[in-house]
Amino acid sequence: MNPRLRWRKFVSNFMLTMTGLCAIVAVSVLFFILGYLVYYGGTSINWNFFTKLPAPVGETGGGMANAIVGSAKLLALATLFGVPIGFLGAIYLAEFSGSKVAFVVRYAADLLNGAPSIVIGIFAFSIAVHPFKQFSTLAGGFALGIMMIPITLRSTEEFLLAVPRTLREGAMALGASKWKTIATVIVPAAYRGILTAILLAFARVAGETAPLLFTALGNRYWSRGWTEPTASLPVMIYNYGLSPYEDWHRQAWAAGLVLLALILVINIVARAILSRGISVPR
Amino acid sequence: MNAFVRSAVSVNITPPVTTGASRETAAPADMRMTISKVNFWYGAKQTLFDINLGIATSKVTALIGPSGCGKSTLLRTLDRMHETVRHSRLEGEILLDGKNILDQDVTQLRRRVGMVFQRPNPFPKSIFENVAYGLRINGSKVPMGEAVEKSLRHAALWDEVKDHLHKSAYELSGGQQQRLCIARALAVEPEVLLLDEPCSALDPISTAKIEELLVQLKDLCTIVTVTHNMQQAARISDFTAFLLNGQVIEFSPTPQLFTKPTDPRTEAYITGRFG
Repeated sequence: MNPRLRWRKFVSNFMLTMTGLCAIVAVSVLFFILGYLVYYGGTSINWNFFTKLPAPVGETGGGMANAIVGSAKLLALATLFGVPIGFLGAIYLAEFSGSKVAFVVRYAADLLNGAPSIVIGIFAFSIAVHPFKQFSTLAGGFALGIMMIPITLRSTEEFLLAVPRTLREGAMALGASKWKTIATVIVPAAYRGILTAILLAFARVAGETAPLLFTALGNRYWSRGWTEPTASLPVMIYNYGLSPYEDWHRQAWAAGLVLLALILVINIVARAILSRGISVPR
Repeated sequence: MNAFVRSAVSVNITPPVTTGASRETAAPADMRMTISKVNFWYGAKQTLFDINLGIATSKVTALIGPSGCGKSTLLRTLDRMHETVRHSRLEGEILLDGKNILDQDVTQLRRRVGMVFQRPNPFPKSIFENVAYGLRINGSKVPMGEAVEKSLRHAALWDEVKDHLHKSAYELSGGQQQRLCIARALAVEPEVLLLDEPCSALDPISTAKIEELLVQLKDLCTIVTVTHNMQQAARISDFTAFLLNGQVIEFSPTPQLFTKPTDPRTEAYITGRFG
């Protein structure tokens, strides 16, 4: 074997090893995080964690029932606010708008999608908190909803555009108006993709913390209503993680575990829905 | 020059009795649709030039010609499907039962003029729902089951699908899907059925079934079909129009067009010298 060939083999093997290692690192980060969460937080996950309020400072035990319910309320509000806007906007883009308008809206949506979540938080604070002199659940839902709009919009649009033109023509040739065509043929043909997009947008905002610090704030007790501050899992993690108490640290890990498990489940469900296939052959 | 004059003479609105004085005696009632002085543009590009044709009631009219001659475009103007394409423009007059279709509500028009496309395009629904679709969106009150059965029988598909009406339409073969699309179009009882190369994506056996079907269907409605297959046009149509570069070169009863073409370009095309 001449030296040149040996060098080539060495480079080839070296690069193969490096790429493989990097791939392993990329995957293992998730498992390290999961492992950490289970190791530190697993012991704090018990019945009390899901049913009790946080314990007063200095006492151990207690739970995060208020944060779990708070997160659920915030995400429900965000979905109610963000998904219809994203969905209907996507229908406009895919079915009605000219290419120039579509380009501008798409570009704006991509920028909004890339906007740091803390900026979204300040924005929501200035229009949904400051004027009312009140941190509230509604403001938190509003902030998360804003973040759901561009994700829902862009992916819904993609799935609508993927519906073959021949289906549109088929419906219109039977005398269906544009709206009837969209409602009875195009959206049903794309619904799996759209549902997946909504689930992924939901999972994306479920762990957002920064916008909530400015809007829903946090609460050590049950929130007294939609116009009052509420606890949420990400903010709990933030507060408990920064605290000086060992028990709170463990609970923060546990909250992280619950949140990540929720997001994993949503992702798996979304994958399952999508992998059953878009029902329209292309 | 001579050829040009002859082609101009042969292009008449009334196909069955195109020669001489008898032309005037053709009652307008025999024409389901009349196309006069139609010009069409995609953007700046003109694709149809001064088209004049009559579509005879309860007959099969075939449009033939080489690719890109405008036959599909012409067909799509008959139910105004061309309007789904941006920057398209139509000038002229197209009458359906004596009324200009361009002045009518487009959804009403498309209920009266059905269309079947080149590739089968069933909706992602069950076989039953595909056929019922046109009736449902029109708010029809007729008993759905009977209407669906009737349409499927007309499309010669009933015996093949009657036991699994609630299966997805995509489980059918290509030929069955195309007949399903015909059934779907027939369900709203159109006066005219337009077919845009309905067999081009199908195998010979499925093609034969659809050809047979079209001949039977002319008692039910007037049929206009685009085809690139001249044998098909000869087999199924009563009248044939030959188009070239956006113009109708010759329009006559089918046997006459294929045996005694008056224009040398028609003759060249049907004898396979180009196209």
